This record gives sequence, structure tokens and C-alpha cells, in this order.
Amino acid sequence: MRRILIQFAHPVLERSRVNRHLVEAVRELPNVTINDLYERYPDLSIDVAYEQQLLDDHDVIVFQHPFYWYSCPAILKEWQDLVLEHGWAYGKGGDHLRGKITFNAITAGGPKSAYHRAGYNRFTTRELLSPWDQTAHLCGMRYLGPFVVHGTLRIAKHDDMHAASAAYRKLIEAVRDDRVDLDRAGDSDDLHHDLSKVVA
Amino acid sequence: MTNDILAQALVYLVAAVVFVPLSKRLGLGAVLGYLIGGVTIGPFVLGFVGGEGHHVMRFAEFGVVMMLFIVGLELRPSLLWQLRRPIFGLGGAQVLVTALAGAGAAIGVGVATKPALAIGMTFAMSSTAIVLASLTERNMMKTNGGQSAFSVLLFQDISVIPILAIFPLLGVVAGQEITDVTAESGRPGWLSALFVIGAVLLVIFIGRVLVRPLFRFLAGAQLRESFTAAALMIVVGIAFLMESVGLSPALGTFLAGVVLADSEYRHELETDIEPFKGLLLGLFFISVGAQIDFGLVGSEPLAIAGIVLATMLGKLVILHVLGRLFGLDRPARWMLAFALAQIGEFSFVLLSFATQERIFDPALANLLTAAVAISMVLTPPMFIVLERFVLPRVTDDEADKRPQDDIVAAETPVVIAGYGRFGQMVGRILRANGIPLTILDLDPEMVDIVGRLGIKVYYGDASRVDLLHAAGCAQARLFVLAVDDKEQATQIARNVREHFPKLEILARCRDRPHYWELRSLGVKRVFRETFGSAYETGIAALQSLGYRAHTALRLARKWRDHEEHVLEELGEVWGSGDRDSYFARTRNAMDEAERLMRQEDPKVFVERDAGWDNESLRADPEPTEAVDAADAPF
Repeated sequence: MRRILIQFAHPVLERSRVNRHLVEAVRELPNVTINDLYERYPDLSIDVAYEQQLLDDHDVIVFQHPFYWYSCPAILKEWQDLVLEHGWAYGKGGDHLRGKITFNAITAGGPKSAYHRAGYNRFTTRELLSPWDQTAHLCGMRYLGPFVVHGTLRIAKHDDMHAASAAYRKLIEAVRDDRVDLDRAGDSDDLHHDLSKVVA
Repeated sequence: MTNDILAQALVYLVAAVVFVPLSKRLGLGAVLGYLIGGVTIGPFVLGFVGGEGHHVMRFAEFGVVMMLFIVGLELRPSLLWQLRRPIFGLGGAQVLVTALAGAGAAIGVGVATKPALAIGMTFAMSSTAIVLASLTERNMMKTNGGQSAFSVLLFQDISVIPILAIFPLLGVVAGQEITDVTAESGRPGWLSALFVIGAVLLVIFIGRVLVRPLFRFLAGAQLRESFTAAALMIVVGIAFLMESVGLSPALGTFLAGVVLADSEYRHELETDIEPFKGLLLGLFFISVGAQIDFGLVGSEPLAIAGIVLATMLGKLVILHVLGRLFGLDRPARWMLAFALAQIGEFSFVLLSFATQERIFDPALANLLTAAVAISMVLTPPMFIVLERFVLPRVTDDEADKRPQDDIVAAETPVVIAGYGRFGQMVGRILRANGIPLTILDLDPEMVDIVGRLGIKVYYGDASRVDLLHAAGCAQARLFVLAVDDKEQATQIARNVREHFPKLEILARCRDRPHYWELRSLGVKRVFRETFGSAYETGIAALQSLGYRAHTALRLARKWRDHEEHVLEELGEVWGSGDRDSYFARTRNAMDEAERLMRQEDPKVFVERDAGWDNESLRADPEPTEAVDAADAPF
């Protein structure tokens, strides 16, 4: 069983429409650790040693966050800048993350159709996430496609929310239990959409 | 009798009060003011004081003793060790060369060999009192020249002992044995030497072992006067001890000062002795002025003028040449030569001793005494010439800009006043970052406890300006005012603002009125002493009630911004004295804060941080391919 760390970042969870349901869906799962970054570091001063220990203790690192401005909330950037040290995460002697699996779990206001060359967002989410892809690559990690919940503004119905949460939970469990086709998942544009194809 | 003493005291005090400020205002310096005052009240001008001048002088010489004690306090043993070359090299050479030259000159004008030698040794002395006071007055003490002058003076003080021992051998009724050296005490020479060594060891023992527990005991009693009394007791006691074994009291107290220079009570001792030193030294200068026998000067003007001129010129040349030989730069050489050209107060002692030993007759002694006094009076004018005309010519710009080495060791970038619960926290953060501190505290137990942790805290009242000076406020970059007492803190802030206007202050305050009071004194940053912890408690309380940590922090920050803004605004209302409008405005401000917070509370109303909010987007039409990117969400 793989150990999963969910690096969760949301500055105003009180106003979250989707993320809090996603978090609740996986909170109680065995072998899953949720690290609520804004709660742990309200003033954004990251405890680097603690964070590195957490990474050492897990096999899969999921970054769960709203897709603010085609990227992530500020604390996650701070986290990357400080925790992924040279000589630890990459470069000479930087092999602590080697072989671990990582992906983003994001919520976006726009519909899936917008994230397309012809859409108003002009790029696919996967393309927009290429800094994360490359970061993972540099650290020797295996980067999977993102789990995206699109159109969060329109998700009003309880059923829709429930479906997204269930899918997320199913994915996390499958990754944990090694029931995911990592090659297919690595090529996927959206694990949410491709869930049935990548989970055995 | 009592009336007499009071009248005398009044005359001296009036002279000091009238002439010193006058002289300072004219740019002539305090020392010259005292001397002129002395001449004025002396027998040949107003005649207020007369024959008792000698007794007053004897008493006033104690000012010199105290001055050397304070000089010693500023010289740690390690620093003194660094000065060993100028003291024994330059100092030794100066005494030897000047004594021989003086003796040669005296023989040249027809004085017999033995009295001539006595004159040479007497005239080798310079005036510790006038020179150190003048150097300090002109901020020259810490320059190269000042340090060299000080070193030479120190050696002169030491050399008084062997000179006093040699004098009896020069007497006309010679032919007595060497034991006569210490004839007055009736001890053989070797025993005297043992006594001297014993006395020095005793002084070191007292300074190292006894003073600390004594002061701790006194500090427990919380009586200022007992401190002052103890400080005086130490100085007087050591002077007495030294005199009774035949050592110079000034040298003994200097030694005691050096021993105590490392003590945490250093600043306190300095502060306690300082006013006595100042007064007695002033008295000393006045009596030097009053002692000049103008009758004699009038009857033998040429002889006296000749002696004074020849001596001062000779000493000036010798000092200048020696300064060059010992590698002093140009300004330092000139300062050394001009500063030490006079003949010093020890000469009075040596001259009367010489008369007593019948080395020369009283007429010659009187003539020489007058010359000594006049040369001393001429010293302050010499300093004026040095400062106005000589130094500007001999100082290279480059050498001027170079920072001078400091004789005082404890000059740190930060001075902390008050090392209780508040000051310690600030101090620990600074210390953790390797920033050296000078710490002052008035609580002896705190000084003790913190001292046991290996942190040097000086015991002393930071509201006293002289203590602030001693703590190095003139050089410090930051003053942390962390004392808990409201009135005291205000007084300290006032003094620091007045005397060190460039020194940045970070101040702790008790409450709002205190906050405004300190602000109105010009303290830019004032911290309410319980604000920080109350603020953190407020954040924790919000968290306990279920607020997200980051949200709680942001809400509290918003409130703090408002609070600080209102605090400044309320300060103006408070300052106007109108309490009704103050309380009205305060109530108003509290309402304001609450309204602000309700707006901020994400559970009630969302307006701010709209960047993080997507509610407004929900009102937009469904984005389609046709929708312009401008109003489309990510």
C-alpha cells in the first residue's frame, strides 16, 4: 500500500464550494495524510525540516488546490521555493523525491471546453500545469495528469458535488492500492475524465 | 568656626558658579574658569581667601584621586596592558630626559648639583588634574595624542614614589643611611617594599572579592545614598591605605578603578563618584589659582617668567621629539607636547618635601612654587592655542577621518535599559543574532540572576544622563527602552531625546496615555507592553472558535491596522485635554472596528478579498466560446 500525502492549499476554505467536499471525501482513508498548509502556516512561514520529513514518509504527493490564475495559491509556491532544496530534492545528492508519484488535484471555475486551444483559456490544464510537470521531472518523480473538477461555479446540485468527491476518493484509493495504470495516467489530460481508463 | 567654614564654602562656590560658566561661554573652557576664579578670590585680588589655601588644597587634591579612580574604571586590565609601551617607554623616557635636562639647566644658571637634580625631577612632572580635565573637556581623551598624554601622566604618578625615596639622599644634611628614605615611618626599606606589595594585593583583593557582595547587599536595601557612601568609602579607604604605606593615593585608587573596571557596578560607581570628583577638582583648580603669590611675582618678574618660559619650552621640545621617536603621528605629537608642557601639582608636594629635607632654601622653593602655579594656569590657554591654531595646521584630512581607537571597551550598537521580562525578550533575540549589547538595570536581583546566566548587566539608574554617557549612548545606534516604571521610562526617553537626539529609540509603554506621552517626546516607535501577547491571544481565540488559522491572522491584522490608526488619532484628542470627546471618540472607534470586522467576517458578509472569491462570477452568464476572455474565469 502506498502512503499518500495530500498537500492541501486553500486560503479561504470557508468560501470553498468544492474543495472542502473533496478533502472530506479522502480525510478518513487509511494511509492518506492531509497537510492543510494555510492552517499549519497562517503567516506563510514554512517549517522546511518538517515538510521534508513528511515527503520522506510518503510515496505519493498530491497537490490539491484551486486553480487560481492558472496556477496555485501563494503558499504552495512558497512551499516549493523553500522545501524543494538543492541537494535534497534535486541536484547533487538531491534524491529524496526520486521515484515518488505526484499529481495535481485542482478545481477550476471554467468548463472543460474553455481549457482548449480553441477555448477562451487557450491552453489545456495539462499544458498550464507544465511547471509542475517539469518540477516533478527535475526531482525524478513520476508526474501523472491532473485530477480536475471543472465548472465549480455551476456545481450547485448536491449530486454533482457528490459525484466529483466520489471520483476523487476512488482515484486516491486506486493510487494507494496500486490499481492505477501509471503509463496511461502519465499521459492523461484529466484523471477525473479518464478515471475509468486508468483505474484497473 | 562653623560660620567661617560656611563663609569659605560660599566664597569658593560663588567663584565656581560665576567664573566657570563665563569662561565656558567665552570658549576658554571650565578649567581656566576655575583658575581665574581662584586668582580673583585669592589674596592679591579680592582677598576673600588667604593663608588657608594650603589646607584647602590638601583637601581638594582628593579630586585628583577620584579622577584617577574614574579613569581606572574606564580602563580594563587588558586595555591597560595594551598601553604598557607608551606608559613605560614614552613615560619613562619623558621623566628621565626632562629630569636630566631640567637639572642641567639649573646647574647652568648656578644651582648646586643636588638641588638641581631635585628641581629636574620636580619639573618632569605634569598636571594630571588639569591635563585630563582639559582633554576630557575637549573630547581629546580617546585620540592617539590624548592616550599618549594619559600614559605619560600615569608613569609620572608611578615615578613619584621613587622620587620621594631619592629626595632625602639629595639633602644638604646628607651622610645618613638609605633607611632614611622611609625615616618617617621608621621601617627598613625591605619591610616598606613588603608593605607596598601587600597594599597593592589588598586593593586587588578588595576589588575582586569584597566589592561585589557589598554592593549586592546595599542594592537590596534600595537606598541610593548608601551606594554613594559605599563608593566614597572605597575610594577614601584605598587612598588612606596607600598613603599609609607611602604610595600615591591617586595611583592606588587608579589601580582599584582598573580592578573594578570589569565589574557590573562599574557604571554605578562612576556615576556616584563623578559629582564629587567634579566639585573637588574644581576646588583644586580654584586653590591653585588662589595660591599664586603675586607679591613674589611682582618682585621677581623676570626670574619667574624666565623659569616658566624656559621650562615650558624645554618640555614642549622634549615631548615633541620623544613623540616622534615613539612613532606618534603629527597631530598626536603636537597634542602631547602642548598638553604636558606645564609643571604639575605633584611638584607642590615635591617642593615642600624638598624644603623639608633642606635640599634648597624656602626662598627658592617659593619662587619655584609660583612658577609651577603659573605654568598650570597657562595650560588651558595652551590648549586653546593647540586647538585653534596648531591642530588645524598639522592635521591631514586623511588622518582626521580615520576613526580613532577607543579607550573604552563597552561601546555596543545597542543599549537596553531595563532587563526584566520585556527587555530580556528583546535582548535574547538580538543576542541570538550575535549583536553585542550594553544592558542597564536597576533591580539588583535581576542583575544577579541574569549575571549567573553569563550575561553582563550593569546595575544603574538609566534616567541619569551621566550613566547614559557611560553606557555609550553617544556611539550606539539603537536604544531599547524597556523599563517597566512609567515615570522613569518617560524621564529616560526625555534625556535620551535631549542628549542623544540622533539615537533611535524603541520604547515599551504601559498604557495609552503613556504611549502618547512618549510619542510627544519624539519617540517614533512605541510598543504597548501587553499588546503583543493580547493580540496573539485574540488570534488563538478566533481559532478556538473554529476560524481557519490564516483567516484568524488576517482578521486580527485588519483589526490591528485600524486600532493603530485610531490610537494616533485619539492621541490628538487626548492631548487636547477634552475627556468627554476622548471617550466619545473611543466608543465611536470601537463601533467602527466592530463594523469593520463584521464586513471581514467571511461567515456574515463577503466584500474584501474578492480576488479569492468566486461568488461574483456566478452572476456572470455561462462562459461560452464566444465570450471574451476579459470576463471569463479561470
